Amino acid sequence: MIIGIALFVFPFIYEDRSMLILFTQIFIFAIFAMSYDILLGFTGIVSFGHAMFFGIGAYCVSVMLKHHEPTMLLVTGAISLGVLFSLIISFVVGLMTLRLKSHYYAMLTLALAGLFLVAAEKWRTLTYGNDGFTFQVPEFFHDRLHFYLVCLVLMVIVYFGLKRFIQSPLGRILLAIKDNEQRAESLGYQVLHYKIIASIVAGGIASLSGSLYALSLRFVNTSVFTMDITLDALLMTIIGGVGTLIGPVLGAAIIELAHHWLTGLAKVHWIFERWLILFGIVYILAVMFFPNGIVGSVRKLVSKKEKKEDVSTSENIVKEG
Amino acid sequence: MNSLLSLKNVETYIDQYHILQDVSFEVPAGEVTVLLGRNGAGKTTTLRTIMGLNPPKKGEVAFKGAIMNGLPPHDIANRGIGYVPEDQGIFGALTVEENMKVAMKKESDDVMERMEWILNLFPDLKTFWKKPGGLLSGGQKQMLSIARAYVNETELLLIDEPSKGLAPIVVEKVMHSIQEMKQKTTIILVEQNFLMASQIGDYFYIIDDGRTVFNGRMQLLREDESLRRKYLGIA
Repeated sequence: MIIGIALFVFPFIYEDRSMLILFTQIFIFAIFAMSYDILLGFTGIVSFGHAMFFGIGAYCVSVMLKHHEPTMLLVTGAISLGVLFSLIISFVVGLMTLRLKSHYYAMLTLALAGLFLVAAEKWRTLTYGNDGFTFQVPEFFHDRLHFYLVCLVLMVIVYFGLKRFIQSPLGRILLAIKDNEQRAESLGYQVLHYKIIASIVAGGIASLSGSLYALSLRFVNTSVFTMDITLDALLMTIIGGVGTLIGPVLGAAIIELAHHWLTGLAKVHWIFERWLILFGIVYILAVMFFPNGIVGSVRKLVSKKEKKEDVSTSENIVKEG
Repeated sequence: MNSLLSLKNVETYIDQYHILQDVSFEVPAGEVTVLLGRNGAGKTTTLRTIMGLNPPKKGEVAFKGAIMNGLPPHDIANRGIGYVPEDQGIFGALTVEENMKVAMKKESDDVMERMEWILNLFPDLKTFWKKPGGLLSGGQKQMLSIARAYVNETELLLIDEPSKGLAPIVVEKVMHSIQEMKQKTTIILVEQNFLMASQIGDYFYIIDDGRTVFNGRMQLLREDESLRRKYLGIA
């Protein structure tokens, strides 16, 4: 709550355009990473094609704004259309692929995202291929502060919305499926249905983040469909903490800030230009030594402490019994 | 015999391995049927076959007269069969309360009553109600697993080795709970601990090398040492 208020007040007391843009990017990628966490962290689905939905959202908004007068109503409609497309596509993709074992599913999503990438490259009349295109945004978004606040509010709404979702009975079933799929099935749950629901929710939110991303750049090209986008979400989720929801937000902040500062150090040494190399090392170390990510590791420490207390309570109960 | 579940000449493969080669038995309603046999005989696979987790290749599994071959596990569970697996299958990330709520199909008066009843049998679960299932001891996990399978209107409960790896004091508690549940539901019990099995069971079937080789009332096995030695290798 305090961090939310601080982020809200921040642009009014610190007027730096580049920081405003950087924080806006963090909010957008935080939304994207949270959507990935619904798949990976709360349902146990590993997808290598999540960029597919990010790209759909980005292109929906961009194409609409390119061909029509940019108004807020149009932006809202285009974002909704992108979300709707993503819901339909994630439903169809889920129905086709979620029956498969996890590694086959991961490979198939990678292939499907590749299909969208190729389609975007080839359909030049609409997408202008790899070169991409610029477009106008409504006047309201000309002020970066407005866009910053919209993204912040959306990130907060998505966070609390997803928190509510995972704390609902449906969210608990998803966690149960992640924990032990066969056991959930033996309790009477048709696992495929629940996985599809998770996939639809994640797809819709990823599309929203893709739309915001295109709006922030006022430009789109086929890079929104690339594997790099999915890997960003994976990295943010793993570094922040899989299955924690707040972890991916933290992960998005760390990665975007590190990207910003490390590339700024390019003059010091060329290695900083290739910040991904450094992050590759951080990623390997994180997976090896902190598989639960930052938030997950903190929670693990707390639960270890609780377990110790529980053992002593348990012993007391046995003694008294 | 008023049979609730019947298996006729069931054969099950796991990958290329022919685990169940000819399993046939009937489970009378309101009784406890115990599956006995040496390690690796196919007892756990039999329960998994009934649940649809390892579907049968041949033969027939019928519940209340309806053939269940080919049905997915969730469908079988929704027909009123509860399963307590050997590894307990607790959802470690969920609290005890959430584990119970995930298991509850609906929060009707009847289900709430069953929950109250089962929690009175296992007061430890009330103590750790808000704790993650992963933090429970082995015995508490077993209690939670049984409670979770029982909480719905379960007509048949499949329990796989409930005493495995538990301290004697906990085994006693679990045994007591199964004896209580016996009054309310039909049970198939897989158990290595013959003393425990013989006290709870009404009927027994011995499975050897994937085949049902002998059966009868439990009293017969309790009284006949030569049978026990022949089929179970115990005196």
